[in-house]
Amino acid sequence: MPDATGLELLAKDLGGAALETVYFREQATILIDPAEIRPVLRALRDRGFSFLASVHGVDHYPEEPRLGVVYELLDMRRVDRVAVKLRVGIDAPEVDSVTAEWPTANHQEREIYDMFGVVFRDHPDLRRILMPEDYEGHPQRRDFPVGGEPVIFTRDERKWLEARE
Amino acid sequence: MSSTEGPPLSAYRRREQSITLSPLEDHPDGAHADVTEELLTLNFGPHHPATHGVLRLLVTLQGEVVRDIKPIIGYVHTGIEKTAEDKAYWKVIPVVERMDYLSYYFNAMAYCGAVERLMEVEVPKRGQYLRVIHLELNRIASHLIWLGTSALDLGAVSIFLYCLRERELILDLFEMSSGARMHTRYFQVGGVIEDIPPGFPAKVREFLKIMPKRADEYGAILNSNEILLQRLRGTCPLDSETLLGLGVSGPLLRAAGNPWDLRKADPYSSYDDFDFKIPVGTVGDNYDRFAVRLAEIYESVKIIGQALDGLPEGPHITEDRKVALPPRHELATSMEALIHHFKLVTEGFRVPPGEVYNPIESPRGELGCYVRSDGSSKPARVHMRDPSFVNLQALAHMARGSYIADMVATVAMLDPILGGIDR
Repeated sequence: MPDATGLELLAKDLGGAALETVYFREQATILIDPAEIRPVLRALRDRGFSFLASVHGVDHYPEEPRLGVVYELLDMRRVDRVAVKLRVGIDAPEVDSVTAEWPTANHQEREIYDMFGVVFRDHPDLRRILMPEDYEGHPQRRDFPVGGEPVIFTRDERKWLEARE
Repeated sequence: MSSTEGPPLSAYRRREQSITLSPLEDHPDGAHADVTEELLTLNFGPHHPATHGVLRLLVTLQGEVVRDIKPIIGYVHTGIEKTAEDKAYWKVIPVVERMDYLSYYFNAMAYCGAVERLMEVEVPKRGQYLRVIHLELNRIASHLIWLGTSALDLGAVSIFLYCLRERELILDLFEMSSGARMHTRYFQVGGVIEDIPPGFPAKVREFLKIMPKRADEYGAILNSNEILLQRLRGTCPLDSETLLGLGVSGPLLRAAGNPWDLRKADPYSSYDDFDFKIPVGTVGDNYDRFAVRLAEIYESVKIIGQALDGLPEGPHITEDRKVALPPRHELATSMEALIHHFKLVTEGFRVPPGEVYNPIESPRGELGCYVRSDGSSKPARVHMRDPSFVNLQALAHMARGSYIADMVATVAMLDPILGGIDR
């Protein structure tokens, strides 16, 4: 982990793209401007953080902007990690895809799209990955109810089908 | 794929069935003049024994050569990450254990480690060593299932029975320490739920004596099996650079010669106390993937032996009564213990707000657990960066331009666990 000072220096290097730094439990996170994700990841890659370990979504309900995308970066030579985080509102959740330069993001961005409804611009194949294609809603959002899904047994399959029509 | 009959395809289906053709010079025999020009789309799985679970692959073939692979997943999606948000922190452990169902101790370790980091709980040394013993036993068990089922795919049937025989010994050990053979719920936030019973170390040592000999036997059987060797050697290699771009970690990356292992690079749970080696491959073909995992079994045996030798005395779980349950006997004599017990069982503990990412080295690569807390007694977000999910993307890159039979071998060497992929 970069220490707190290292994190500040790193964020300073990123210039205006870095909005905020969080140093929590010896883990460094840089909150950035969502429009700047590609340049920021590129800049960090040039500083050694070349391995994109994980991309995942998070919902900050009820805080605004609600949706977050976290990029966990790893420098394998110095064994150092830094997380890049961006926040987008629920009304226009659009982020640039980084799949072209970090192919590992492909499936992970699809999962975030599936679960949170964040749309990744220029993603080569943006469609649901874990939920069925005709599924409505984004189940990992915090206001999505648990248990809202009807369980269709064979005995009342007909009833459900009729109710849908 | 040209379908002239039936209803028009949805945009989703069209994209699913779209293909990205690999260049033809990749043809394994080099001679592609006589290759048929016709493309065939083959649906492989989800219920096919060679897919190691409910994995579905849309494979585009030209003759017998794979030109594109589209994995379709989600058949065993169980919404565990969503379920976890509705449970107190310690009740999440049994559900996350069910994600990657062959490495349950690792799932629990990644999650507990993340919560411990959020709460700044120190795990006592004995707890850390007991964790290492169980993690490494679990690594061997997971590799045994991989070896048995993979060899089965490649035509070596008897090895499956031998592997399950040894795995049975490990499951018996798990039953001895925790009462359950799988999904043991042995790891808790702050340590392990119970100290090991007397006689457990002796039983483990007995196993440690047997295991290397048996692993020698597997090696002897498989390395003299000409059919298996021909299907593994030189098939579907991928270099370290491409693998890193695809986010691949674990034995697949080590097979390509990159000695990245979190147990060495960023030790957690006292891994720096033990002396062990990281097996690496050279060219990164299927044989290297096989050899690296087989060699890891020996290293795990070494780690377990050292952990048993150096097993320190002391508590197995943190003494912080706000986090861990008090010992049973205290409940009859101490009012305070009773209150703590009641609070923990009904509400659970509260975790300070914040978010952490805790990566560990699972049998399949970097297993990271991201936990976000909002200050309540239930996590606001639990995400597992499952290595199987990320590694699956490498399949198309490995198998494009090879024969379909080599693709089957590659799926086997990829070691995908669909419970972890779909979560």
